[in-house]
This record gives sequence, C-alpha cells and structure tokens, in this order.
Amino acid sequence: MTTPLVTASGLSKHFEVGGGGFFGLRKAATLKAVDEVSFTINAGETLGLVGESGCGKSTLGRLLLRLIEPTSGTIAFDGNDITRIGRMEMRGYRRSMQIIFQDPYGALNPRMSVEDIIAEPLVIHGAKPGAETRKQVTQMLEKVGLPARALDRFPHEFSGGQRQRIGIARALVLHPRLIVCDEAVSALDVSVQAQIVNLLQDLQREMGLTYLFIAHDLSVVRHISDRVAVMYLGKVVEVADKKTIYAAPLHPYTQALIAAVPAQHPAQRSRGRRQRIAGDIPSALNPPSGCRFHTRCPHVMPVCRERAPELREAAAGHQVACHLTDI
Amino acid sequence: MSDVADAEGIALKREHPARATLRRLFRHRLFVTGLLLFGVIAVIAITAPWITTADPQRLSMRNKFLPPGEAWVFGTDNFGRSLWSRVVWGAQLSMIIGASVVGLNAVFGTLIGALAGYFRRLDNALMRVNDALMAFPAILLAIAVTSVLGPSTLNVILALSIVYIPRTARIVRSSVIVLREMEYVQAAVAAGAGHWRILRHHILPNAMAPMIVQLSFLFAYAVLSEATLSFLGVGAVPPTPTWGNIMAEGRDFMREAPWIITIPGVALMITVMGLNLLGDGLRDVLDPRLRIQQ
Repeated sequence: MTTPLVTASGLSKHFEVGGGGFFGLRKAATLKAVDEVSFTINAGETLGLVGESGCGKSTLGRLLLRLIEPTSGTIAFDGNDITRIGRMEMRGYRRSMQIIFQDPYGALNPRMSVEDIIAEPLVIHGAKPGAETRKQVTQMLEKVGLPARALDRFPHEFSGGQRQRIGIARALVLHPRLIVCDEAVSALDVSVQAQIVNLLQDLQREMGLTYLFIAHDLSVVRHISDRVAVMYLGKVVEVADKKTIYAAPLHPYTQALIAAVPAQHPAQRSRGRRQRIAGDIPSALNPPSGCRFHTRCPHVMPVCRERAPELREAAAGHQVACHLTDI
Repeated sequence: MSDVADAEGIALKREHPARATLRRLFRHRLFVTGLLLFGVIAVIAITAPWITTADPQRLSMRNKFLPPGEAWVFGTDNFGRSLWSRVVWGAQLSMIIGASVVGLNAVFGTLIGALAGYFRRLDNALMRVNDALMAFPAILLAIAVTSVLGPSTLNVILALSIVYIPRTARIVRSSVIVLREMEYVQAAVAAGAGHWRILRHHILPNAMAPMIVQLSFLFAYAVLSEATLSFLGVGAVPPTPTWGNIMAEGRDFMREAPWIITIPGVALMITVMGLNLLGDGLRDVLDPRLRIQQ
C-alpha cells in the first residue's frame, strides 16, 4: 500500500453570496461549492478529478493549496495538518505544492519577462537573482521544451501551448511534490493538448511528481490518471482506480458520464440503450434534498429524496456514495 | 509562419513592450497634437524667468491699458503691468499646481485604491468616506476647503487633492479588484509571495495604464479648477498672477481692453485642450477598453 501524500477529510467551502446590502441587512445565501469532501492522493500517482462545470472541482483543487481558505475540514500534506497553520509556516509547504492553470493567457503576468516569471518562486524562497538562478531557470525551460532564447521574451510573444509550458516551468522550478493541474489542457487545441499531456507524464516520471488532474474531458483523464474521482454538486460521488471506474462504474452519474464519451471506433459503439441524464445540473445555491443527484437519477428511490448517501467502500479501493449500493 | 516565427515557433520580431507602446503613441495624431499644445505651455512655464523682462507685479500707471503691440507683446492691464509677464508667470503657477495635484493623487489615490481593492476588509470603510467626499460637487468642495484653510497656493493644492483623490482611488480600486483575481496572482500566492510582492510586481504594474490616463485628465481638471478658484477669489492671493485672477480683473474692462481677459483665457484653453487630447491618445493606446464607455 502506497502512503497518501494528501489527505482531505470533511473538506468544505461555503461562499456567502448576495449578502450585504445597506448595513448588511440583506440576507446572504450560502453556496456550498465543496461540501464535506474526503479523499486521499497517494505519492507518485495521478488522481483524475472529473465533473460538470460548476461542480466545485476547481475550488477543491485550490482548497488543497490553500489558495482559498476552507470553511471546515482538514487537509494533511505528508501527514502534517496544514489547514490552520500561519502564512509563514505555510510558505514552507508551498515549495512542495504548486498549481498549473487552465487559461494560458491569464496565468502569466503580461508585464514580466519569462525569466522573471519562472524565477519568481525561486526568488520568493530565497534565491538571489543572478547567474545561478538564471541557470536553474534555463534548465527548467529546456525541461519543458523551450529554448533559452525565450528567457527575455514576454508572454504575448508565445502561443497558447508555449505559454502553458512556461506555466508548467514556473510550477516545477521549486521541485515540488504535488501539482494541481486545474484544467491544464482544456483551453488548448487537441494536438497541443496531446503534447502537453505527454510532457506532464514525462515530467512526472522524471521528477517523481504527484498530480491532481482536474478536467472535464474524460478521455484525457482516462489517459493520464491512475485513479479517478467523480464530483457532482460539491460532493465526491465515486472514487476508484481508472480500470474499475471506466469498466464498471457504480454510481448512476458516473455511468451516465462514461456512457456519454464517444466511442473511439464506430464498431465499439454500444448497441444497447445509452444511459442518459435528463435536465441541467441543479443550482448549488439550492441543492436538492437527500442525494443531490436524485432529480436526474434514472434509478431514484424514495430514500434518495430524504437521506444523503455516505461515501462508502463498495469494493477494495472503490468508494461510492449511492443508496443503490448500500442494500 | 516562417517569416514571423523561428523553428520553435517563437516570434522573431523583437521589440520591448514599452518601446512598442511609445511607437504607437507617437503615431497617434491626437496624442501628438495634445503633447505639442501642452508642451508649448509647459516650456513657457519652465522658462518663465528668462523669457520675461518686466516684473509681473510692477505697477506703471502711465502705461495702463496699452493694447498688444511691439513694446508690450500682450499689452498691459489696468495697473500698467505687463500682461505677457503676468500670463507667463500664471502659466508657471498653473503647472506647479497641476503637477502637485497629479503627484499627490498618484501617491495617495494609488495607496487608498490599492488598499481598498486588495484588502477587502478595508474596502467598506475607505469607500464610504470616499463616497461622502465624492457626493459634493467638485468645485463647491474645493471652495469650502480653501475658505476654511484660507487662500494660498499651498491650500489650493490641498483643496484640489482632497477633491480629486477619491476619484483616483476609485479608478485604482476597480482595476485592483479585477487584477487580484487573475490567475498569475493566484500563481504568486501559490509560490508563497507576500502581499507587498503581489501588489508591487503583479497588481500595480498592470493597473498603471488606466491610472496614467486618469492622471492626464486630472491635470486638465486641476488647472481648470485652479483658474476657477482664483477667478472667484479663493485661490492664490493677488497680486500673485494666476490665469484666474487676471481674468477676474480683466472682466471689468472687457469692452475697453478685451485682451486682458482673452489672453489668459486662450492660454487656459490651449492647456486644457492639449491635456485632453493627450489623455485621449493615452487612453486609446494604453487602455482601449475605456473608449467604449466614454
């Protein structure tokens, strides 16, 4: 059994929205972006995190790095609770955990040169700007497949894929252990996506990285992940290793998601009735009672409307939150 | 692709972003016109001691109401003072006041705006004070402040700063609020950057563009408001020449000696128009999104 690098337990993030008004008289509604989520990421693995837009997967990724402060729950990194430590102490952990963003345009400061962008984490952690730092930055650039000539260029001089490489170099320059890839390839062309995914896999092998790979594209997640977690409306509904979850998903939502992936070859198209989910994702401001998926579930039972199912071990390493599997 | 990018697909054309901006500015016709108009006034203001011979305050009743001509370039006023000297020294005072107000705004407007926009806890307190100050019509508040402090050049600078800093702060605040949510700011937080580093390296440099545009318009407002205040008699104390008090004195002799009120008026118009054109040019080049709103 591999040891978990990250353990999240009961992690929640609730946003107050619409509150305030004059003297704060208007009542705020609570948006439960992430609600009581528990999971682990093992050292050296890639955990894929999938779900529809707005289900809270990006929020969850940012919670792990404490870019957003959790409302409740704890995050343990390498066995140490980092949920409530101070800013200075947290800075030590920031060396080991980094993030790659979706938007290759918004993720790089347009007024900084590539050298300054990649060197910034080093400088923050005590490196002196100079030949030594420059050498490290150049090495990192080469690792992500960009020439040293790129050093004094500015972000607008690069294509989307190249910018993403710069973002990866910035995340890796401190030699972190955990990387949160927040939709890291979603904004790229398919051919560039493949290059970046391959680069991420090469770097993982080379540097022994652990990834939390957040995406909505199930094919990409299938390609890169070891295990997959599925989120729906702020809850993790199913976690299993890649083979299991794609071959034998237990949660009706996961089943529907996987059935919706187009087959790679027409001959593989299933003849049977496709599992479909009707309607849109309900508002996170006013989530359905009981199981949050009951409004769209094809197998809905009376109990689903009343009681929220817990995330339980259905088989070794396969957790699911559904009343169907409880019986 | 091959003529604009090399084998790795990196653009070949190299130009520093700041240079590219300057090049675009100098190709902008309105900006160049504005810069020239403002530049003429600014040069006159700076060189005032060398281009005037007569003391702007020396009375010479024998020479009163002389029209512009060879001996007196702009003529003389009701006390026989050289109008050229008075307008040139008035230009210097206008520039000093304008530049001081712009400087104070750049420092305190940025400070207040950045604090309110970045530290959201401070936002409510700072912005309510701001709103209260902005609720007064600009010129009334300026008159009120100078009436309390007493008329003097320094007090005019203070009054105009109190009037305009809330407006500048609001503009800085709104850019900061947008910028603090940018992913490169998140990346800096993830790297362990402190508040000061984030503000200094990531937020303020990117908030500069709308700020510079605002400050160029502010210069025009400050010069105009200063003229208004001294026209109303609450600005710099006569006999110190300012465009406003020259015009106020000239008003009584508008029919007999129209040059007294016209010449400082034209000087004021050139300055304000130059600054406005300059600001328009800066806005078009630095912050094109604002164009739609105006």
